[in-house]
Amino acid sequence: MSAGVVEVSQLTKRFGAVTAVDGLSFEVERGEIFGLLGPNGAGKTTTLQMLLGLTTPSSGSARILGLDVARERRRVLQRVNFSSAYIALPSNLTAWENLNVFAKLYGVRDARRRIPDLLEELEIPDVAGRVTGALSSGQLTRLNLCKALLNDPEVLFLDEPTASLDPDISEKVRALLKRLQAERGVTILYTSHNMLEVERLCDRVLFLARGRCVAEGRPDEVRGRAQGATLEQVFISLARDGELRESAGAGP
Amino acid sequence: MLRLQGMLLRYLYLYRRSPARAMEIFFWPVMDLLVWGFLSAYLQRVAAPALVSYLLGALILWDVLYRCQQAVSLAITEDIWVRNILNLFVAPIRAGEIVLATCIFGILKAGAPAVVLTLLAYAAWGFDLRAVGPALAPFLFSLLLFGWAVGIVTAALVLRFGQAAEALVWGVPFLIQPLSAVFYPLDVLPFWLRPVAAALPSTHVFEGLRAALATGRVDGAQLAWAFGLNAVYLALAGWFFAWMLERVREKGYLGRLGME
Repeated sequence: MSAGVVEVSQLTKRFGAVTAVDGLSFEVERGEIFGLLGPNGAGKTTTLQMLLGLTTPSSGSARILGLDVARERRRVLQRVNFSSAYIALPSNLTAWENLNVFAKLYGVRDARRRIPDLLEELEIPDVAGRVTGALSSGQLTRLNLCKALLNDPEVLFLDEPTASLDPDISEKVRALLKRLQAERGVTILYTSHNMLEVERLCDRVLFLARGRCVAEGRPDEVRGRAQGATLEQVFISLARDGELRESAGAGP
Repeated sequence: MLRLQGMLLRYLYLYRRSPARAMEIFFWPVMDLLVWGFLSAYLQRVAAPALVSYLLGALILWDVLYRCQQAVSLAITEDIWVRNILNLFVAPIRAGEIVLATCIFGILKAGAPAVVLTLLAYAAWGFDLRAVGPALAPFLFSLLLFGWAVGIVTAALVLRFGQAAEALVWGVPFLIQPLSAVFYPLDVLPFWLRPVAAALPSTHVFEGLRAALATGRVDGAQLAWAFGLNAVYLALAGWFFAWMLERVREKGYLGRLGME
């Protein structure tokens, strides 16, 4: 089995008296799509931010591609990328201008070839010259993904990438992520509240509640261990009880 | 009526939650009063024929400082507005490089209007900025440096306090302006305020500007003070930005800022 591409050990973040992430440990293997799940306030976003070096951990460590995030942040960021439904590219620049800016930030040398290729791959070649603010939410999501793929990342962090997308575009985004995994071996760390999507997409999931890991494994394993016929029921149970109710006779 | 009350409460809550916004209500009128009050005192004292040169020269040079500060602080603020700030901070670029880029952009943002203002002043009132003499370039450079220092400090505060601190982007230069003796000499200021003014590099530039226009000579001491103070302020601003960014990362504000 390959070594962990993302290795998180006893990661903790305290904000005053509040412990947002509490001794979290997990590993993500190369080429896996890993779902970081949990109700609002469970600690997913804080975990993601610590992995990206946006927030300093109170204790514990995170290693990505063998590099310590705290000590070698820029080297890590050179090889990973991030996209979120909640952040945006400057709306008064064209799609091409935005991608060109980030191509330069990531040191992409063949941007003139890379940008049209990516726009083509994400089926939005016609948006290149259009102002980003005039694009539809589906086009914006795919443009954000173009930005996230510019540096050919080995690890991709995606924060609810399909939020507010219609089912057709969501399906296209999922297909793209599966293709990235299959063809390029990209490791994807993924957060979503859409449990159906998570079941379709993720190889493994980790459920967080109150900053702690309460369940980890393949979606069908987690479903089997909990009193839930679907991952959504597991999620609801977690959100209401703060812990996983194991079904009678369920194995680990 | 209820809707009106609701809207009024909405604004009152906003101002109660944001001291920066509340300060803004008093800030602009007080600053305006100070600037024009000092200027009036100066005009009473002198009926100098060179007054137009002093004022126009000062106005053009002041704009350089203002634009530089704006270039640095507004760039960060705009990236918060458009929710692009996280894209920048997850890119493999140093925060110092982002700041440096905004400083360089500041040269363009200050340089272009300065050229236009200079040409306009010459065309309309026959004021030739070259009358300042050989000190013009170091004066401009000194104001550029101080504009960067002020912009870096403002940007750090915006990173820390987010949209609540946006008023500072426009407010801070006007806090500096009355103290910098832009449109009047230093000795117009109350005695107790003069040491504060003398601690600003901009004060030495504007004092030097008036001396150069009056005598045609460069006051080397004013230039030395301006550059010496600029070195101190730039070093402090850089340290403050780095320190604030560290606090912002510790407190997790960066992530919150990007999604405000």
